[in-house]
Amino acid sequence: MSFDFISLFVAAVLAGTPLLLGTLGEILTEKSGHLNLGVEGMMFMGAVTSLAASYAYEQMMKSAGFAASGFVSLLVALVAAFAAGALCALIYSFLTVTLRADQNVTGLTLTIFGTGLANFCGELLGKSAGGFVTVSKVTKAAFSQLDLFGLKNSASPFLQTVSKLFLQYNWMVYFAIVIAIVMAWFFKRSRVGLNLRAVGENPATADAAGINVTRYKYLATVIGGGICGIGGMYMSMVNQSGVWVHNCVAGYGWLAVALVIFSTWSPLRGLVCGLIFGAFTIMRLYVNIPGLAMQIYDMLPYAATILVLIITSIRQSREHAQPKSCGTNYFREER
Amino acid sequence: MKKRAEHQEPFVRMTKRASITPGKAWVIRGIALLGAIVTGALLLLILGHNPFGIYGEMVRGAFGGTMYIKETVRTAVPLLISAIGIAFAFKMKFWNIGAEGQILIGGIAASAVAIHYDAQFAAWAAESGSFLPRILMLVLMFLAAIVAGGLYGVVPAVFKSKWGTNETLFTLMLNYIALQYVKYLAYQPAWKMAGTSFPKVRMFDPIAVLPKVMGIHIGWIIALVLVVVAHFYLTRTKHGYEIAVVGESTNTARYAGINVSKVYLRTMFISGALCGLAGYLVVSGADGTLTEGTAGGVGFTAITVAWLSKMNPITMLIVAVFIAALDRGAGFQSSTGVPESCAEVLVGIILFFMLGCEFFINYKLVFRGRKEAAA
Repeated sequence: MSFDFISLFVAAVLAGTPLLLGTLGEILTEKSGHLNLGVEGMMFMGAVTSLAASYAYEQMMKSAGFAASGFVSLLVALVAAFAAGALCALIYSFLTVTLRADQNVTGLTLTIFGTGLANFCGELLGKSAGGFVTVSKVTKAAFSQLDLFGLKNSASPFLQTVSKLFLQYNWMVYFAIVIAIVMAWFFKRSRVGLNLRAVGENPATADAAGINVTRYKYLATVIGGGICGIGGMYMSMVNQSGVWVHNCVAGYGWLAVALVIFSTWSPLRGLVCGLIFGAFTIMRLYVNIPGLAMQIYDMLPYAATILVLIITSIRQSREHAQPKSCGTNYFREER
Repeated sequence: MKKRAEHQEPFVRMTKRASITPGKAWVIRGIALLGAIVTGALLLLILGHNPFGIYGEMVRGAFGGTMYIKETVRTAVPLLISAIGIAFAFKMKFWNIGAEGQILIGGIAASAVAIHYDAQFAAWAAESGSFLPRILMLVLMFLAAIVAGGLYGVVPAVFKSKWGTNETLFTLMLNYIALQYVKYLAYQPAWKMAGTSFPKVRMFDPIAVLPKVMGIHIGWIIALVLVVVAHFYLTRTKHGYEIAVVGESTNTARYAGINVSKVYLRTMFISGALCGLAGYLVVSGADGTLTEGTAGGVGFTAITVAWLSKMNPITMLIVAVFIAALDRGAGFQSSTGVPESCAEVLVGIILFFMLGCEFFINYKLVFRGRKEAAA
């Protein structure tokens, strides 16, 4: 039984990480008062560009006669994924912040666009690589399991268990956790973070207090989009280990939007809730409740999200609710 | 599509237009559409395709022949009906993002009737030789679909009117619950296709399939009737007026003695029921069965259709046919070697431009040093 628990936990962490990244990006976006429903599209774009960038780097090194370095390949992928997500978010923020287009509709359009463009590019990439595109061993190694502190083959079984539970994930898991902690500090303790929350709650007041509302909104949505893009990179580089699979993000972006609500807009609760959502998505492989069909398990994250939504609204909780101005655009002249 | 910081604050400032002539508004929209087509062409060029060839093929794929036109109309029908449904909710500023789920639930309910009773009704029809069983079957499916879709739409409205629960996120989540339920049904013995291990709902008996008029299932007539009825309901009736008032301001509505909760519930029932109807037309008209792709993103695309048409059912008719043509035109491409996802890319670009151009219809830019007299 305990063995089962350990592998369930590990699998939940691995499945929850892309969700956590998407969620962190979306939390940052929503804190500025913008509901970006384009997470799925941004993750798709992050997924395809990171793969394409890594592949291009490897091909370049190959033709130049050098050995490709896994670390550089990883950095290239990271930058590309962030840039792709950020660029998509820039389209979104230009339309919603500057041109005041409706947030819901623009976000949905971004999802349609990003999903289409990523699959389009993925297919072209596969064609140009002759069948299907895959990265080389060094890049794959850079995205595979680590062994922090070298405890994997430790003599003590206790340390081995600790290592298995916490110290043997790929680097992106730790990266996501660090971002969550930094973001929590940023919202609670930093001046800029507090200003950002003011913008999201009541832009008119923030504006009166001398905060540059437009700049905050742009920066938050663009950086948030970049983080979503990195979440997409996880899907192509870790989950599919560097091979382009058609429709590889497959609804994870929407699940990330749900997770934002489930973790009630808090990055730290996002850590725990991401683990729970990760567990939900893979639970059917580990826990078999007789009579409960596989597809019903997959409903759990969404049902749980609705429950949280209802409970927080009944309790009239301001602390655990969506930033107040979310969904409506701010126009200074229209007060 | 790639944004530059064109709006440097000291240079330009924005003022709201008092009014704009419809002609001028259409010129702006036309320019935006042209911009979108050019941007799409550039993107295709960068990715190594001949844009003229692709656009030409798309037009042929959507309209070049009776068969293609039929396919385009078939795609447009559910899109148009769901868009009308969404417009009901959006007009009262109730952000119903759950059309996808409501379509599926409507499809499920209609399918449930068909799956459980089509054999009996077919036997009855064969025995009596009359049209009555078929009509009864189709009417029962219709009623099941609109009631189920409507109720699925009412659920978030109940929570919204009682506790102010956020309806955008609530309806969004309901989509995925409906989708998982469809996947679940495909595994159920009563629903499954016989003789295959592949999880797929079986085809209905022909008795549960909608008749065709001019080669397309009669859904297109229903859609056209709905355009007129919805337009009348929204602009000429008391209910329609109440929707508009609630949309403008719930406080005003309350002050005027309108029961806001009642308007929410009633309108969301209609909104969900229309989406459910779209689901019925897909399962009974276009596909003859229930699949995971019964909604297939129509619910999301319909939101953009409703928005671009400014909630006007008649404009929606044009926009829905246009989007359906894009979709079919690009679907046709896949046989000529260009990926089908091309459609989504082009739809995305066009929508971005259309969303952006609304700004220039509502606001005007005043450059530094220029007099505002022209406003």
